[in-house]
Amino acid sequence: MQAVKTIRGVAMPLNRADVDTDQIIPAKYLKLVERTGFGRYLFDSWRKDESFVLNDPAFAQAQVLVGGPNFGCGSSREHAPWALEDYGFKAIIAPSFADIFRNNCSKIGLLLVQLRPDEVEILMHEAEKKPGTEITVDLESQTVGVVGQEWTMHFDIDPFLKFCLTNGLDDIGLTMQKADNISSYEKSRPHFYPVASS
Amino acid sequence: MPEPKTLSEKIWESHVVHREAGKPDLLYIDLHLVHEVTSAQAFESLRMQDRKVRRPDLTLATVDHNVPTSDRDKVWPDPLSIQQVEVLDKNAADFAVPYYNVDDVRQGIVHVIGPEQGLTQPGMTIVCGDSHTATHGALGALAFGIGTSEVEHVLATQTLIQTKPKTMSVEVNGALPPHVTAKDVILTIIRTIGVGGGIGHVIEYRGDTIWNLSMEGRMTVCNMSIEGGARAGLVAPDETTFKYLEGRPHAPKGADWNAALDYWRTLPTDEGAKFDKVVVLNAADIEPAVTWGTTPAMSLPVTGRIPDPEPFTDPQAAELGVRALRYMDLKPGMAIEDIALDRVFIGSCTNSRIEDLRAAAAVAAGHQVNGKVRAMVVPGSGLVKAQAEAEGLDKVFTAAGFEWRDAGCSMCLGMNPDFLLPGERCASTSNRNFEGRQGPGGRTHLVSPAMAAAAAIAGHFVDIRNWKGN
Repeated sequence: MQAVKTIRGVAMPLNRADVDTDQIIPAKYLKLVERTGFGRYLFDSWRKDESFVLNDPAFAQAQVLVGGPNFGCGSSREHAPWALEDYGFKAIIAPSFADIFRNNCSKIGLLLVQLRPDEVEILMHEAEKKPGTEITVDLESQTVGVVGQEWTMHFDIDPFLKFCLTNGLDDIGLTMQKADNISSYEKSRPHFYPVASS
Repeated sequence: MPEPKTLSEKIWESHVVHREAGKPDLLYIDLHLVHEVTSAQAFESLRMQDRKVRRPDLTLATVDHNVPTSDRDKVWPDPLSIQQVEVLDKNAADFAVPYYNVDDVRQGIVHVIGPEQGLTQPGMTIVCGDSHTATHGALGALAFGIGTSEVEHVLATQTLIQTKPKTMSVEVNGALPPHVTAKDVILTIIRTIGVGGGIGHVIEYRGDTIWNLSMEGRMTVCNMSIEGGARAGLVAPDETTFKYLEGRPHAPKGADWNAALDYWRTLPTDEGAKFDKVVVLNAADIEPAVTWGTTPAMSLPVTGRIPDPEPFTDPQAAELGVRALRYMDLKPGMAIEDIALDRVFIGSCTNSRIEDLRAAAAVAAGHQVNGKVRAMVVPGSGLVKAQAEAEGLDKVFTAAGFEWRDAGCSMCLGMNPDFLLPGERCASTSNRNFEGRQGPGGRTHLVSPAMAAAAAIAGHFVDIRNWKGN
C-alpha cells in the first residue's frame, strides 16, 4: 500500500445519499481477475448520462470526491474502491460511509474523511459553485481545507488506521508477526467446532 | 457478578487473539467461505508473496455468482465467467482448500450451503467476501462480509483486524398476521431504521416474533442486515437452532454434541445487558411488503400507493425519491397492486431455501403464470433442488409455467446469463433493488416468495392475504 500523507486535488461533488457499490461499479465488471483497470467502469451507468458530473471536463482531474451520507453501501466488492482509486481519486469526503466500504478503502490507502453534514455541505457548495475548486486533506494534522481559503476543518480518524496509512503498512505482514498468539489461541478453541472437507 | 453481555459481545470477546490499547482487536475466524468473484485477487496476492493458506480446513469454497442456472453441460456463454470459475478451481487445488465445484451436488449459494452442511454453528465467527454473510447470524454466529484484501488477510492468518462494533437491538413482538413472512418483517425493519440505520452496529434480532420464526425465516431476516447498514445481524441460539443443526454433516456428534449444547446455551444475551441502540416493532403492524424505489428501505405495504417524494422535508430524501420514481417509471398515487410485471425471480441467498420454495409452490399450485410474465425459480443449492424435487415442487412449478433451474445467485445480481433487459420490471425475492442491480436499466421490486409467486400468476402485485387459493 502507498503511504498517504497530504492530498491536494480538484473536488468533484456527488450530492446523492446512499450511493451504492452497484452504482460505483456494476456486477458485470466483477469478472476480471486483476486488481487494476476498473477506473474506466467507474459509475458505468450514471456516466451514460452526459450531464453526470464525471463527464464534466472541469472535474477531469478530480482527486477528491465529496459525497452524501451512507456512501458505498451495499455489496462488499472491493472493486468499488479499486475503481475509484484507479480513476484517480485519492480521498472521499462524506457525512457517513458504509462499514465494509470503509474497511476496504482503508486496505488500499483510499482515504475516507468523515465530516459533519453541515461541514460536507460547505465543501459540496464550493465544489458545485466553483468547479475546479481544489481541496487539501492533511492526514498528519487531520484537517481539510479549500485552497485559497484560510479556514480548515478537523476530522477524526482511528489512530491505528492513521499509523498504517501514513506508513503504507501491509497489515498481513504485521499480523503474521503475531503467529505465536494465533497458534496459542488455536489450542484454546472449542474442539467441537467444524472443519470443512471437499 | 460479571458485567452482563450481549450475544455478539460474548462471541467477540471469545475470539480476541490479541488486544492492544488504542488498536483494533485481532479476531480469530472460525470459518471462511470463499466464492469465485471476490477471491481471485486474494489468492494471486498470496502467491506473489509466497504465502500459504493458514487453515484450509477452516475454509470452504464454492462457485455461485457466475454459474449458469441452465444448460451447464453446454459451453457457458460468457468466457469471463468460465475464466473466473476456472481460476477458483485452480486456487482451491493449489492451496488445498475444500471445494464444492460446479458438478458437486452440494454446490450452491455460499450462504445457503454453510447452514445446510452444519458448518455454521452458534458462537462462531464466520466471514466471506460477500455482504450477505450475516445470513449465518441466524444460527447465533457472528458473521459478516469482507472485501478482497480482508479475504487475503484471513486466508493468510485466519484472523482479521477489526474494531469492535456497537450493538443494536431490533425487537419484534407479537404474533405475525396470517401470510406475513420473515421477508416482510425485515423489509419493514429496514423501512423503519433506514438504509444507514445500522452503520457501525451489529443487530441482534429479538422478541417473540423473531424467536417464533423457523430457522430459515431467521436466515431471511439476518441476510438483509446489510441493507439496513449493519454488517452483522444475529439471533440467539435456542431449541429451534439446535433442532435444525442436529444430524447435519458437519454438526458435532455424540459427546461433542452435548459439549456444544452446553456451550451454546451460555451464549444468549444476559439479562440486563445494554445495547447502544434499541428499536421496537409490533408484529401486528407488519403487512406484506413491496419495494417501490431503488433502496430496500423504499417499501410499502402491498395495499399502499406510491408516495409523492417531492414534499419530503429532507431535500436529499426528496431528490432520492424523485430520482427513484423516474428510474422505476412510477407515478405518485399509483396503487402497488396496479404495477404490472414482466419478470418474476424466486431465489437468492435471501429466499431460495426449501421453505421459500414450498411457500411459492403452495401459491402457484393449480394456477398458470400470466402470459406476459417470464418467471423463474432458482434453488439455493443442489441439495435444496434435490429436496424440492423429492417433494414434487418442481412439477408444481413447471406445470404452472415457472422455469425450474440449477442452483446459484442467478438474477439477484445478473452476473450469470440470468438478468433483466433494460426497462423490464421484476418481482424478486432477492435483497437489493438498486438501479441496474438485476441488469442495466432493469427495475426490481423486492417481495416475499409467496408474493412473488402470486404476482407471477396475476401479472401484477396482489395482496397475498386475499389469494384465491388460501
